[in-house]
Amino acid sequence: MSRLQALSTFLYRRPRLALALLLGPPLLWLGVVYLGSLGALLLQSFFQLDHYTGQVVREPTLATWRALASRANLDIVLRTAGMATAVTLAAAVLAFPLAFYMAFRASRRVKALLYLAVMLPLWSSYLVRVYAWKLILAKEGILTWFLARLHLSGAVDGVLALPWIGGPSLSLSPVGMFLAFLYVWLPYMVLPVEAALERVPRSLLEASEDLGAQAGTTFRRVILPLAVPGVVAGSLFTFSLTLGDFIVPSVLGNSSYFIGQAVLAHQGTSGNLPLAAAFTMVPMAVMAVYLLLARRAGALDAL
Amino acid sequence: MRSEPRSGLGLSLATLGVLLFLHLPLAVIALYAFTTEESSFTFPPPGLTLRWFGAAWQRDDLWRALILSLEVAAAATGAALVLGTLAAAAVWRSRFFGREAVSFLLLLPIALPGIVTGIALRSALGLGEIPFSFWTIVVGHATFCVVVVYNNVLARFRRTGTSLLEASMDLGADSFQTFRWVVLPNVATALLAGGMLAFALSFDEIIVTTFTAGQQETLPIWIFSQLARPRARPVTNVAALLVVVVTAVPILLAHRWTRED
Amino acid sequence: MSLLATRPATRPATRPAVRFAGVSRRFGEVAAVDGVDLEIAGGEFFTLLGPSGSGKTTCLRLMAGFDRPTAGTIWLHGEDVSGEPPWRRDVNTVFQDYALFPHMTVAENVGYGLMVKKVETSERARRVEEMLELVRLPGLGRRKPAQLSGGQRQRVALARALVNRPRLLLLDEPLGALDLQLRQQMQVELKALQQQVGITFVYVTHDQEEALAMSDRLAVFHRGRIEQVGAPAEVYETPATEFVAGFVGVSNLVAGTLARALTGTPQTFSLRPEKIRLAPPETPVPAGSCAADGTLRDVVYLGMRTRYGVALDAGGVLTVEVQNLETTSMEALARRGSRVRLLWSREQMHRLGPEGDA
Repeated sequence: MSRLQALSTFLYRRPRLALALLLGPPLLWLGVVYLGSLGALLLQSFFQLDHYTGQVVREPTLATWRALASRANLDIVLRTAGMATAVTLAAAVLAFPLAFYMAFRASRRVKALLYLAVMLPLWSSYLVRVYAWKLILAKEGILTWFLARLHLSGAVDGVLALPWIGGPSLSLSPVGMFLAFLYVWLPYMVLPVEAALERVPRSLLEASEDLGAQAGTTFRRVILPLAVPGVVAGSLFTFSLTLGDFIVPSVLGNSSYFIGQAVLAHQGTSGNLPLAAAFTMVPMAVMAVYLLLARRAGALDAL
Repeated sequence: MRSEPRSGLGLSLATLGVLLFLHLPLAVIALYAFTTEESSFTFPPPGLTLRWFGAAWQRDDLWRALILSLEVAAAATGAALVLGTLAAAAVWRSRFFGREAVSFLLLLPIALPGIVTGIALRSALGLGEIPFSFWTIVVGHATFCVVVVYNNVLARFRRTGTSLLEASMDLGADSFQTFRWVVLPNVATALLAGGMLAFALSFDEIIVTTFTAGQQETLPIWIFSQLARPRARPVTNVAALLVVVVTAVPILLAHRWTRED
Repeated sequence: MSLLATRPATRPATRPAVRFAGVSRRFGEVAAVDGVDLEIAGGEFFTLLGPSGSGKTTCLRLMAGFDRPTAGTIWLHGEDVSGEPPWRRDVNTVFQDYALFPHMTVAENVGYGLMVKKVETSERARRVEEMLELVRLPGLGRRKPAQLSGGQRQRVALARALVNRPRLLLLDEPLGALDLQLRQQMQVELKALQQQVGITFVYVTHDQEEALAMSDRLAVFHRGRIEQVGAPAEVYETPATEFVAGFVGVSNLVAGTLARALTGTPQTFSLRPEKIRLAPPETPVPAGSCAADGTLRDVVYLGMRTRYGVALDAGGVLTVEVQNLETTSMEALARRGSRVRLLWSREQMHRLGPEGDA
C-alpha cells in the first residue's frame, strides 16, 4: 500500500480531522487575516492621534469618535449618503427595462448575449470605466460636442449653475459624479432585478390578463411587487459601493470630500489612522442596518 | 401586454439605450488611445495615430507597474485557487455546523465596500508594524478573490454529485487518486473559470491595493496617479485600453467555460 | 468465474458474505439504521426491501464503506471492515444513477478499477472487452456515457463493477430509472447473470414485485429496522408483522370486533385478497373454511383481475381479487350492489404479532 493510500485510509477513519484539514487553511486565512483585520480596524478607532507628535497614542479613548461627530465630518457623511441614495434610485429605474426585457421578452440566445453584456462591464476594470467618463464629460469632450450639435449647451450651463449639484464643468461636478457612479454600479442592479423577475411565474402574468387587468395594472400589481426583493438586493450593492468609493470623487469631484476620500486622506498624508478607521465604521454601520432591514424583507434570497 | 406593440417598442428602445449607456464609454477609451491630440480631451479627435503605443512601450514605469500587477494577480489567483477549492470541498463533502457561516465569511470581503477591507488590512499592518511589500498586496487581493473560486467550484461540485466519488473509491481508488482521476477532470473548467475571474478581479483592483501597497505601483495605481498629474495623457489612454483588454479576455474565457452551469 | 450455478443455501453458511451485528447509523437525532442484525450467505441473491427512508440504502452504503456505522460491527467474508474505507473492501457497487464518469469513454469507465489496480494495459483491454460482451454491449467501448441510452448505461455500470471480480456486488435500485418493459427484461437478465457468475448480490429496491421475483431471500425494512427476513414465498404467505403484510403485496388486515366476529378472538390477522372466493349468497361453507356475508360496493376492473370492495354485514370492508377467467369488464361492473358470500380457507389467515413475533 502506498503512503498516500495509507494517509487516505488514516483520514477516512478520522473524518473530523479530514474536515479540519480541508477547512483549516481558508478559515485561518479569512478568520485570522480578515476578521483579525476588521478587529484591528475597530480597535484603531478607539485610539487617537497626538497632533503635536504626529504619533498614534495607543490608549483607549473616545476622542476620535467625538472628532468624527464634528460638523465638517457629518457633512461628508451626509453628502456621501445623499449621493448613494440618488445613484441607487436612478439605477433601479434604469435597470428595470433591461431586466424586464431579459426576463420576459428575450429569446434564449438573446438572453445569453444580454447576460454577457451586463457581466462584462461588471467584471472589467472599474477605474478605467470611471476614466472613460472623464473623457466623455470633459469641457472639450464628446458630450459637450453632441449637446452643441443639439443646441442644448445652454441647458448644461443651467444645470451647472444650480447650487448643490452644479460645478465649474460637467467633469468637476456632482452631476458628473452621479453619472459615473450610475454607470459603474448599474450592472450590480440589473442582475438581481433580472433574477427576481425570472422567478415571476409566467402563469401569473397570464392569470392577471385573464382577469381583465390592463397592462399597466398587471405591471403595478403583479410584476412590481415581485421585483422588489431584487431591487433591494441590487440596492445593497449600489448603496454600499457608492458609500465606500474614493475613485469617482477623486477623478470627477470638486473639493468637497466623500467618505472614501476622507478615509484615504486621514490614513495617508495626515497619518490619522484612528480617524480613518472611525470613518470606515460609518458605511459598515449603514450597511449592517440596511442588511437587517433587507433580510426582514426577504430580499437576500435574491442574491 | 403582448397585444400592445407600442409598449413593446418603447421597452426595446429603453433596453437599447441602457445597453449603449453600459458599453459606449468603453468604445470612447479605445478611440482616445489613437488620438493625435496630446494635452486635452478634444472631440472629435483631430487625427488618429499609433504613436502612443510606441511611446507607452518605452515607458519603464508603465512596464514595472504592468509586471507588478501581473505578478500580484498570479500569486493572488494561486492562493485563491487553493483556498477556494479547499473550502468548496469541505462544504460539499461534509455536513457540519456553520456551513452557512463559512459561505458568509468568504463572501464578506467582496460584499463590504473595498475601502473597509483596505483600511482594515492597513490597520492590522499598522498595529502589527508590518512593512508594505509585494506580499501585503497579495494577501489583500487573495482575501477577496477566494469567494470567486469557491462559488464556481462549489457550483460544479454540486452539479457533479457525490456518487462519482463513491464510485471511484468503490472501484479501489483512494481519496487522492479519486481527486486526480475523477474530481479534477470534472471541475477543471470551473477551476479555470474561477481562476480567470480572480485574475481579472485582482489585475484591475485599486481600492484595497491603495491601502496595502505603500509606495509600490500596480497598473491601476499608476493610471490613477497619472490622472492626478496629467503630463502624458495619451500614454494613460493606451494603458487604460491595455487594462480593458487584459481583463476582458479572461472574463470572456471564464464565461465560455461555465456556460453549461 | 464459475459458469456452474451455485445454488445458495437458505441457511446462512458458517462464514457469511455479510454479517451485521447491532449496526446503527444515526444522523443527529435520527436513526437511519437502528440496531440491525443480518447475515447474508455467499452466493445468495439477497434483497433489502422497504419504502424510501426505511434504512435499506443506508445499510447498503455501510456495506460499501461510503458511510460508517455509529454503533455495531460489520463483517464481510468473516473480516471486520467497520473501519475500512471503500478502496480496501472487496465489494463493488452499481449505483442508482449509475455514476458513470462523464469524462471517460465506456471502455475507460469499465477499466477504471483495473487501472487503479495497475493491471497491465493489454490485459485490461481484454477483460474490458470480455465484460462488455457479457453485458451485451460489444464494440461500444469508444462511446461516452452521454451517448448511451438508459438501459445501456445500466449495463456499463454493471460491467464496471463486475470486471473487478468482487466477491460481493451491491446494487442500489439499479432498475429504478428504466421504463417498465426494459425493467422486466433486465430483472430476468440480472438474475441469470448472478447465477452465471456466482457472486453474492445484495439488491436494494422499494418495488416488492421486483423483490419477490428476483431474490433468494429478502429483508423487509421499516423505520431503520428489519421487520422480517425470509424467502419470497415465506414473506408473502406468512407476513410477520402488519407492516410486512401491507407492504409486500396487498393484504386485508382484520382487527378488533370484526376479527372477533370472524375468528372468535380480537387478535389481528392478515388475509390476501386473492385467497378469498366470491360466492353467491347462501353457498354452503365447506369444512375448514370461514365465511362472511356482505354487499359488493366497489368494483375496479384491472384487466387481468378485478378488485372488489365488499362491505361486510359484520362491519368493515374486505378487498377481494378475482382472476378474470371468463368475466368481462361489463359483467364485473354490473355486479356492483349485489349480495355475496366470501369464503376462504382457515389456513390463509395469518395472525400478526405487533412486534413481529408471529
